[in-house]
Amino acid sequence: MTWEALVFLIFSVITLGSGALVVTTRNLFHAALYLMLSLFGVAGLFVLLTAPFLAGVEIVVYIGAIAILIIFAIMLTPQVMQIPHLRSNQWIAALVAAALFFLMLVSVLTPLAEELGVDNWSAGFTQDDPADVPADTLTTLGESLVDPDLYVLPFEVASVLLMAALVGAAMMVRPEEPEPRRSEPAPVVEPGAEQATTGGD
Amino acid sequence: MTDVLLDIGFSHDLAVLIAKLVGVVVVASFGLVWTLFGIWLERKIAGRFQDRLGPNRVGPFGVLQSLPDAVKIVLKEDIIPTGADKWVFNIAPVLSVFSVLLAWVVVPFAFGWTGSDLSIGVLYLVAVGSLGEIAVLMAGWSSNNKFALLGAFRGVAQLISYEIPMVLALLVPVLLSGSMSLQGIVQQQHIMYFIAVPMTFVIFFISSLAEMGRAPFDLLEAESELVAGYMTEYSGMKFGMFYVGEFLHAFTFSVLAAIFFLGGWKGPFAEDVPFLGLIYLMIKAMFAYFAMMWIRMTFPRVRIDQMLAFNWKFLVPLSLGNLLVVAFLWKLVPDTNAINSFGDAVVPTLVLLVANGLMAAGLLVYLRGEGLRERERVQARLVAVDPAVTAGSGD
Repeated sequence: MTWEALVFLIFSVITLGSGALVVTTRNLFHAALYLMLSLFGVAGLFVLLTAPFLAGVEIVVYIGAIAILIIFAIMLTPQVMQIPHLRSNQWIAALVAAALFFLMLVSVLTPLAEELGVDNWSAGFTQDDPADVPADTLTTLGESLVDPDLYVLPFEVASVLLMAALVGAAMMVRPEEPEPRRSEPAPVVEPGAEQATTGGD
Repeated sequence: MTDVLLDIGFSHDLAVLIAKLVGVVVVASFGLVWTLFGIWLERKIAGRFQDRLGPNRVGPFGVLQSLPDAVKIVLKEDIIPTGADKWVFNIAPVLSVFSVLLAWVVVPFAFGWTGSDLSIGVLYLVAVGSLGEIAVLMAGWSSNNKFALLGAFRGVAQLISYEIPMVLALLVPVLLSGSMSLQGIVQQQHIMYFIAVPMTFVIFFISSLAEMGRAPFDLLEAESELVAGYMTEYSGMKFGMFYVGEFLHAFTFSVLAAIFFLGGWKGPFAEDVPFLGLIYLMIKAMFAYFAMMWIRMTFPRVRIDQMLAFNWKFLVPLSLGNLLVVAFLWKLVPDTNAINSFGDAVVPTLVLLVANGLMAAGLLVYLRGEGLRERERVQARLVAVDPAVTAGSGD
């Protein structure tokens, strides 16, 4: 039992355990919190794989943004919060889907492992010596993202997609009626509301 | 430290582990003990600002005032509201302090004095900062109190909004130093980045004020509007933890401002005598901290809608434009990797400074126009309400 194995075990338990709790807990808010914990475990696994940048991005993007948005969505739908307990009879369907997905993963990863020259599964998962990993993964990552021979096209396509999503979101929250233009006089305020608009002193 | 333990006869792994643990305890304790002193300092200075004496009873000049306060807060009754979500309610304050203390891991105190010099230091800071948002949400939701929940909503909206200009401002030192590790950023600052990119510093300063929820952005605990924001239902030491977390947040950000823009531990002889570096860093951080207090004592609070509009309609576009300009100019510098001394850094610094001056001038002209237009709008509304008001009396 090396240190790496121990830490790996801890993070695996965190990830899988809280992942299971996400789908079994009765309380939606708790489910969101468990999801955060699960993602935190994934970030820990990234650190073990000597990919600190991905770990940081995992926390910033998933915990700091997506999970928070999920919580907002949960809280802003009052009906959801008032369901006493969620009843679900889709366990069997969920299990089947999970099993199928696992089979798919295996069928994808096995040829990949053969291509990489991993004959023995258990031998393929020994922790690399950190010295073998290039020290400056960050620079490599950044350069390969904008290298014409590597990933510049997917990178740009992703950014265009995000831009489209931004514009779409902005369009969706636009008020129904266009605001009055600046040249028009502002709507007359009720005399009682003077205090609210008295600027100056 | 490790060597000493090895001599006693510990195994290598265990010795390293113990040494690291001791380091963690020292760094965390430094922050927490500093808090006791810092709270006194802040109260004292706030008192002077407001023409009071500040605490002056316990110890010389009241230095020990924080100790009885801490004892009192520990002894207070701990109330958990009915219907609260106990687990979440109890974890939230811990997470709040935790997220701030984690930031100290990457702080370079002096030459070679860092908890852990991560190669992704800046990203790490942003990541642990986002844990604080969860603490706010958890506290607000688990209190079973609608005011606390409203406070949490506002707080998180503020935090995630102001994170954007903050990160965009932090990208500038990363760009100029070509490194994401804080130690590397300090090493590269032969001339303070504050001199090269003052605009970025101001953006960072404003957004960090909002990030830590201090006046004029202290809607997180707007006493006059939302009872007490997301910590309404907290009492005793749990409230104390939020308080300590918030205070430490302020100090942490002033240290970070010193590291990113004021040259960190750099100074005369700092590389030969590491302890001097620590002193320099603290002096610079105190400058930033004093400015924060100054703003806190001077400005009125901003409404939540004004605050978010200011961020999204002004600060984010400004920081994006600022980043573009700096990146473009930096691209013009022939060989950025060759800047290894004070002399090499003079010309790029001056170029950036001039560009910043031009940007700031344009910005001021724009803001002046905006102000005039806004005043006209207010005048128009006033005239519409009461025709007796004539233009020009708005002053």
